[in-house]
Amino acid sequence: MPIRNEKRCHKVSSKTFFWQGNEACVEAAIVAGCRFFAGYPISPANEISEYMAVRLPKVGGIFMQMEDEIASIGAVMGASWCGVKAMTATSGPGFSLMQETIGWGFMTETPCVVVDVQRVGPGTGQATKAAQGDVMQARWGTHGDYSAIVLSPNSVQEMFELTIRAFNLAEKYRTPVMVLTDEIIAHLREQVAIPPLEKIEIINRRKPNAEDKIFFGLENVAPMPSVGEGFNVAVTASTHDEYGVRFTADPKVHRRMLEAINNKIKKNVNEIAEVETHNVDNCKVGIVSFGCTSRAVYEAVEAAEAKRIKTGHVRLKTIWPFPEKQIRLLAESAERIIVPEMNLGQLYYEVKRVACSSEVVPLNRIGGGEMITPEEILAEILKGE
Amino acid sequence: MAKKIEIIIGGSGGQGVVLAGQILGRALAYEGKNVLQTQSYGAEARGSLARSEVIISDDKIGFPAVRKCDILVAMNHEALNAYLNQLKDDGILIIDETNVRETPKTKVKVYKIPITETCRKMFGEATYANMMMLGALTKITKLVSSKTMEKAIREVVPTKTLNANLKAFEKGQELI
Repeated sequence: MPIRNEKRCHKVSSKTFFWQGNEACVEAAIVAGCRFFAGYPISPANEISEYMAVRLPKVGGIFMQMEDEIASIGAVMGASWCGVKAMTATSGPGFSLMQETIGWGFMTETPCVVVDVQRVGPGTGQATKAAQGDVMQARWGTHGDYSAIVLSPNSVQEMFELTIRAFNLAEKYRTPVMVLTDEIIAHLREQVAIPPLEKIEIINRRKPNAEDKIFFGLENVAPMPSVGEGFNVAVTASTHDEYGVRFTADPKVHRRMLEAINNKIKKNVNEIAEVETHNVDNCKVGIVSFGCTSRAVYEAVEAAEAKRIKTGHVRLKTIWPFPEKQIRLLAESAERIIVPEMNLGQLYYEVKRVACSSEVVPLNRIGGGEMITPEEILAEILKGE
Repeated sequence: MAKKIEIIIGGSGGQGVVLAGQILGRALAYEGKNVLQTQSYGAEARGSLARSEVIISDDKIGFPAVRKCDILVAMNHEALNAYLNQLKDDGILIIDETNVRETPKTKVKVYKIPITETCRKMFGEATYANMMMLGALTKITKLVSSKTMEKAIREVVPTKTLNANLKAFEKGQELI
């Protein structure tokens, strides 16, 4: 098998690699065109910073270790307005610190990627242990009315694919995009197949023409100028109109701008929200899962089907915007829907909201990074028998 | 080869069990096996329980954690105590005799090897015990050729200590 045979840090070639999740994230970001990373050390996201520090200078990019997470996300936003694709990576506590500026990014429509490698929280929690407790923080972490895009990989291969997708969505919709992973996937090592780089779709932000004056608040996404290009536009997270002029009291301007910022995501849910489905339209029991937990679901579904129980599975590659359509489809068929997650119930409420005709059952586990096992999920499937 | 082989390498933080798992996983990948490797360690850099898992399968690997293992490597007493109950009845147990106070009564096939002691004698320190263990593991299990393992070691360990690591790996094979 052709595996990268150099030591770390060499250019990705079109081959198969044995990578750690965090490493795949870095290589993907570089393929996607990321040339700026600012971050502050935190477990279990550290390898992303470490690999970035080695890799970025070799491709003409810049790595900065900042004094904290607030400065890190600020630098990322600044880099993006300088015309560079930029990213940061952190875990729960750092993600919390970044929230105000992520909100700045939504309001100013700044493309960037934030990777949250989830660990046990709240607070410092268990720094090296996996959890899935940031589902709602990734959606609602900052204040105000906005629509977030949050992707959730469940393998090292997908860490590569979804990190590229995160950059593409960020550039296309001019918005911060979160890659919500967890310690298990981030520290997992698996084979990764890299397609020929020229076959990977890379999206770049739309740039303005010289005569353009509108840079904000369009449903079909306004073009984005960069600092130094002479467009003379103010970039402010205060409410502003399409030209970037502040309107800090006018309700109409605020409503109009927020409608556009939200609609550019909401009206494209079908394109943004990716799911992997199995037997959704012909099952007795359904499961909705994401991230590392979905790996246990695969085995549980197989075991249940061996016992002739028709089991459906919707695995969210995109958690937000929430793929309501597929969950409704599952609910039409499944009498019970199980939602296993490594928290005390977050996605569960969202599934329950949409799948109101089915009995929705939470299956939760927190602490120590212990995963929900296939046996536990199977036992929950069998409870209905 | 059985359909799925699961391995746990356990020890204390600093003994290099994660690196050992990474090298083993990489070597298996080179030989075209479908392989997955995980690591688990405490918030403390040194001294807490650390483990690395390697799963080899003919199929796509679903659940990425080991519940019952075919091979358990215990680099110290604490790891042996913590993980022995996860070893299958027909499994293989490899123990670093130097760091294990007593060998448990068990039906499984046990290999007691004075890894750390041999390493200290050879190098004056225990740093390369993980590579020595990999040498022994390679010889016992024949999961992967020693040539491929050497290739993986070359690619993962720092150039400065490469020779010592390779020597330790070789010595590990001789101990069996």
